[in-house]
Amino acid sequence: MRIDLEARGRPSVLMIWLSPVIAIVITLFVGGIMFSFMGLEPLNALYVYFVQPLTNAYQLQELVVKATPLILIGVGLSVCFLSNNWNIGAEGQFVMGGIAGSWVALTFHGMEGFWILPLMMIAGALGGLLWALLPAFFKARFNANEILTSLMLTYVALQILDYLVRGPLRDPDGFNFPESKLFSPSATMPLLTDGGRMHLGAVFAVISAIAIAILLWRTIKGFEVKVSGEAPRAARFAGFSEKGMVYFSLLLSGALAGLAGISEVAGPIGQLLPVISPGYGFTAIIVAFLGRLNPIGVIFAGLLLALTYIGGENAQILLQVPGDATGVFQGILLFFILACDTLIKYRVKITGFGGKPVAEGES
Amino acid sequence: MDTFTAIFLTVVSASTPLLIAALGELVVEKSGVLNLGVEGMMIIGAACGFAAAITFDSLIMGFIGGMVGGAILSYFFAVLVLNFATNQVATGLALTMLGLGVSGLIGEPFAGVTIQSSPMEFLSFVGEIPVIGPILLGMDPIAYIGFALLIGVAWFLNSSRAGLILRAVGDSPTSAHTLGYDVLRVRLYAILFGGACAGLAGAYLSIIYTPFWAREMTAGRGWIALALVVFASWLPFRLLVGAYLFGAVTILQFHAQGAQIAIPQQFMASMPYLATVAVLVIISASRNRAKANTPASLGRVFVPDR
Amino acid sequence: MTRYVKYIAAAFLAIMLGAATAAEDPTRVAFVYVGPISDHGWTYQHDQGRLAVEAALGDDVVTTFVENVSEGPDAERVIRQLAATGQDVIFTTSFGFMNPTVKVSEQFPDVTFGHATGYKRTDNLTTFSSRFYEGRYVLGQIAGRMSESGIVGYVASFPIPEVVRGINAFMLGMQSINPDAQIKVVWVSSWFDPGKEGDAAKAMIDQGADVITQHTDSPAPLRVAEERGVYAFGQASDMIAYAPNAQLTAIIDDWSGYYVSQIEAVRAGTWESSDIWGGFNTGMVAMAPYTNMPDDVAAMAQATVDKISSGELHPFQGPLYNQEGELVVAEGETLDDGTLAGMNWYVKGIEDTLPSSN
Repeated sequence: MRIDLEARGRPSVLMIWLSPVIAIVITLFVGGIMFSFMGLEPLNALYVYFVQPLTNAYQLQELVVKATPLILIGVGLSVCFLSNNWNIGAEGQFVMGGIAGSWVALTFHGMEGFWILPLMMIAGALGGLLWALLPAFFKARFNANEILTSLMLTYVALQILDYLVRGPLRDPDGFNFPESKLFSPSATMPLLTDGGRMHLGAVFAVISAIAIAILLWRTIKGFEVKVSGEAPRAARFAGFSEKGMVYFSLLLSGALAGLAGISEVAGPIGQLLPVISPGYGFTAIIVAFLGRLNPIGVIFAGLLLALTYIGGENAQILLQVPGDATGVFQGILLFFILACDTLIKYRVKITGFGGKPVAEGES
Repeated sequence: MDTFTAIFLTVVSASTPLLIAALGELVVEKSGVLNLGVEGMMIIGAACGFAAAITFDSLIMGFIGGMVGGAILSYFFAVLVLNFATNQVATGLALTMLGLGVSGLIGEPFAGVTIQSSPMEFLSFVGEIPVIGPILLGMDPIAYIGFALLIGVAWFLNSSRAGLILRAVGDSPTSAHTLGYDVLRVRLYAILFGGACAGLAGAYLSIIYTPFWAREMTAGRGWIALALVVFASWLPFRLLVGAYLFGAVTILQFHAQGAQIAIPQQFMASMPYLATVAVLVIISASRNRAKANTPASLGRVFVPDR
Repeated sequence: MTRYVKYIAAAFLAIMLGAATAAEDPTRVAFVYVGPISDHGWTYQHDQGRLAVEAALGDDVVTTFVENVSEGPDAERVIRQLAATGQDVIFTTSFGFMNPTVKVSEQFPDVTFGHATGYKRTDNLTTFSSRFYEGRYVLGQIAGRMSESGIVGYVASFPIPEVVRGINAFMLGMQSINPDAQIKVVWVSSWFDPGKEGDAAKAMIDQGADVITQHTDSPAPLRVAEERGVYAFGQASDMIAYAPNAQLTAIIDDWSGYYVSQIEAVRAGTWESSDIWGGFNTGMVAMAPYTNMPDDVAAMAQATVDKISSGELHPFQGPLYNQEGELVVAEGETLDDGTLAGMNWYVKGIEDTLPSSN
C-alpha cells in the first residue's frame, strides 16, 4: 500500500472542522478496543472516561482548573508556531515564571496588600519572558535552532527550581522538607466559586485567548505573524523584520507560560514545590496543535486534554484501569489528530495495492 | 580489579546506552528528520527487551526484543511524519507520551523479577593484556556493540554511497528527489534504525544496567541522548567523546561526594544541557566546517510532488 | 387494585428492609499511592496493607486505590474525588500529599483520613509513620560485624529528617560494634532512579565500601552489591530475590496491622485522630530473615531487636554527641520524639556535610 499526498490548492474548510471530529471518533474506537482487551465493557469505560466528568459540577470546575495552564501556554505557542518559531521550552518558561512569582510571594510573606498578587503575576510573566529571551536571542543573533535550545533550557530550569526549593526558598520551619512556605492569602489566587478550586487563572486564560485572537485576526501584527510563517520570503519583501518576529513570538509565549506557571503555583498548589508541573509545557504543544493554532480552538483543545486526565483518574478509581492507559490514550489521540490534520492541506491517495513497489511495511 | 579499572567500567556502562541511542538519533537527524521521541522509544525498548529476555529466558532475545519494540514505535512516527507529513516536533512528543504509557502496560507483569547476567567467558584471554586487559574483559557485549556501531555509522555516513544519499536527503530533499532518490524511503529506514538503536539502549538499561524493569526507568536519558547529538555537532566520533564525558561526570560526581567534595547536584545535572546550548550557539554562529555538518533541512516536512 | 398497591408496597418495604439489613454497609476504603503498586518497595508495601485489610475484614470492606498520583494539585483532586464518591476512609501514603489531604479533610468532615509520614492533623485526619530508625540501628550493628574494611556506603535520597535520622541511627549502631567505622553518604536526589542508585553504589564500592545500605526505593543498589560480591540491605520490603547472596536482611514496612486496626476502629465507632509512630513493638517495623551471615551475628541482631522492642535500648540514648563533638543527650537520657522528628544534624563520626543545610 502506498500513501500519496496531493496538495490542495487551498486548505479545505470542511476538513478544518471535520478533522478533529474524525480524530476523536477514531481515538474513541481504538480506545474502546483497548478497553475490551483489558476485560472492560468498552462503552461503559468510555462513558467513565469522557462523559462522567462532565456530569458533575465539581468535576467540571476541575476540568477548568486543569485546562487553565494548558490554554494559557497553548495560546502563546500558537502565535509561535504560526510564525514558524518552534518554542518547545514552554515547560521551562512555566517553571521560571513559577519561581519568579514565588520569589515575590515569599519576599513579602506575611504582608497584606492588594498589590502583592499583581506584582507576582508581573514577576511570573517576566520570569517566563526572560527564559524565552535566551532561545530568541540565540536564534536571532546566532541562528541557533530554537527547538533544541529551548528544549535544553527546560531541563536547566527544572534543576534551578529543584535547587531553590531544596535550598534558598525552602520553608525554614518545614523540617528540611523540600517545599516553600504556604503562600499567605494576599499571595494566593482568588477563587471564582465557593468550594471549588477554579481560580483567577481561568479568567486570564480566556482573556489571553480572546486578546490573541484579536491580535491574529484584526491587527497588522497578526497578519505579520501569519505571513512570516506561511511565506517568509513575502514577509521579507513586505519589510517585516524576521528577527523582530522571533523576539515577538518567543517572548509573548514565554510570558504567557510564565503567567501560567505563577497562576498554578499561587492557585491550586499554594506553595513552591520541587515539581510544579506534570508536563504542562509539553502537553500544551499538543493542545496548540489540537486547537489548530487558533486561540479559540485552543480553549476547546485544552478542555479536551484536561478531560483525558480527569477521565483517566476516574477510570482508575472506578474501574481500576492502570494509570498508564491515560498516557496511551493521549498519545493515540494526538497521533490521529496529527494524521487527520493532513486532510486539511492535502488529499490523501492510497494507491498501489500489489503492482507498484511497496513504499514501506516490509520491515 | 583495581579501582581505576572498576571506575572506568562503571563509566563505560553509564555511557553505553547514551552512545547507542544518540548514534541512532544522529542517523535520523542526518536524514533531515528530528525525532524528539527518543525517550519514548528507549523506555519501550526497556520494557519489550526485559519482557522478551524473561519470556524466552535469553539475553540475546531480550536485546532483539528491545530493538524490535523501539523500531515498531518509530514506525508509527515514520508513517505520520513521512506519509502524512505531520509536524515532527509534535509527533515526536506524542511518541514519547505513547511510549511511556505503553511501556508501563507491557512492563507491569514483569515488575519484581530480575535477571542474572553472566560475564563473557569467551573473551577471557584478553584479561592477560596489561592495563587495558581487565577493562576489555570487564566490558559487556553491548559496550562493544556500541563501539562497532559507532565505527559503522561513521563509515556509513562518510564513506558509503548510501550514506552520501542519506546526507543529501537530509540537506536538500528536493534536489535528492529530483535526482531520483526516494526521499521518504531513505528517511523511513533512518527512522527505523534510530528506533532500533533507542530500543537497544533501553533494553541495555533493563537487562544489564539495573537489571530489572521499573516504570519510567530511563529517567530522562533519551533527552540527554538527543542533546548529545547536537553537542557532538552531528559528528559520530564527537558523540563518543560527549557520551563518555557525560557518563564520566555522572559517575565521578558520586565519587566526589563520597570523598567529601560538595558540588550542587543540580549544577552537575544541568551541565549536559548547558554545554549543548553553548555548542549549538557556537556552531550556529560560525561559518566553518562545523556548520556544514548540520543537516540543512532538519525538522522540515518534505512532500514529494509528482 | 388497592390489593395490588398493597402488594407492591409490601414488596417495596421488604426490599427497603432488606437493603437496610444489608446496610451493615461495607466500609469503603481508598488508598492514594505516589508510585506504582509494582515498585516492590514503598507503594508495594502499602498495597500489601490494603490486601491485608481485605483479607482480614472480608465482605465488611471494599477497597480501591489510585496509583502514580503526582504530588501537587492532581493529588488534591484525586483525594477529593474519592471523598465525594462515597469512600469512608482514605489513606494517602506520601509526604507530598500532606497539604492536599488536610484541605480535603476539612471539606469532608464525615470521611476519615490517614496520612503517612506527615505532621499535620485535623479531627478527621490522623497521621502515622514508622520508627524505621530502630531497624537502621540494627542494620548498623550487622554492618559493624560484617564489614571488613569498616566502610559502609549509604545511598541517600534527600536530606529530610527521616533520612538524616536513619543515617544517624545506622552510624550509632555501627559505632556500638566498631567505633572507627566510616559511612560514605551519597545523595542521589531521587527516591526512585534505578540507574543513579546503582551508579552511586558502584562508586562507593570502588571507594572501599564493602557493605551498601540505602534510603532510596529501588533494588538497584542491592543488584550492584550482588554483582560486586559485597553485602547490602533491602529497603521497605524483603528484596532477597534480587540479591540472594548479598542481602543480609531488610527493614520491612509492615502496615497491615495498622490499617486493619484503623478500619476496625472506624467500624466500631471508636476511631479518633492521633499521631502513631510505631516501631518494632507495634510490628510496623520488622526485619526480613537474616541471611548470608554467621549465626552469632544473626543472634546479636535479634537480641538488639528484642531490646529495642522492650524499651531496654533506645538507638538515640546518651551519651550522644553531634558532629561537632558537643554533647546533645546526657548519659541515661534519650532523645525526645520532637527532636527526632525534626532531626537535621549528624551524630559524631559522620564525615558527610548535609547538603544545603543553610
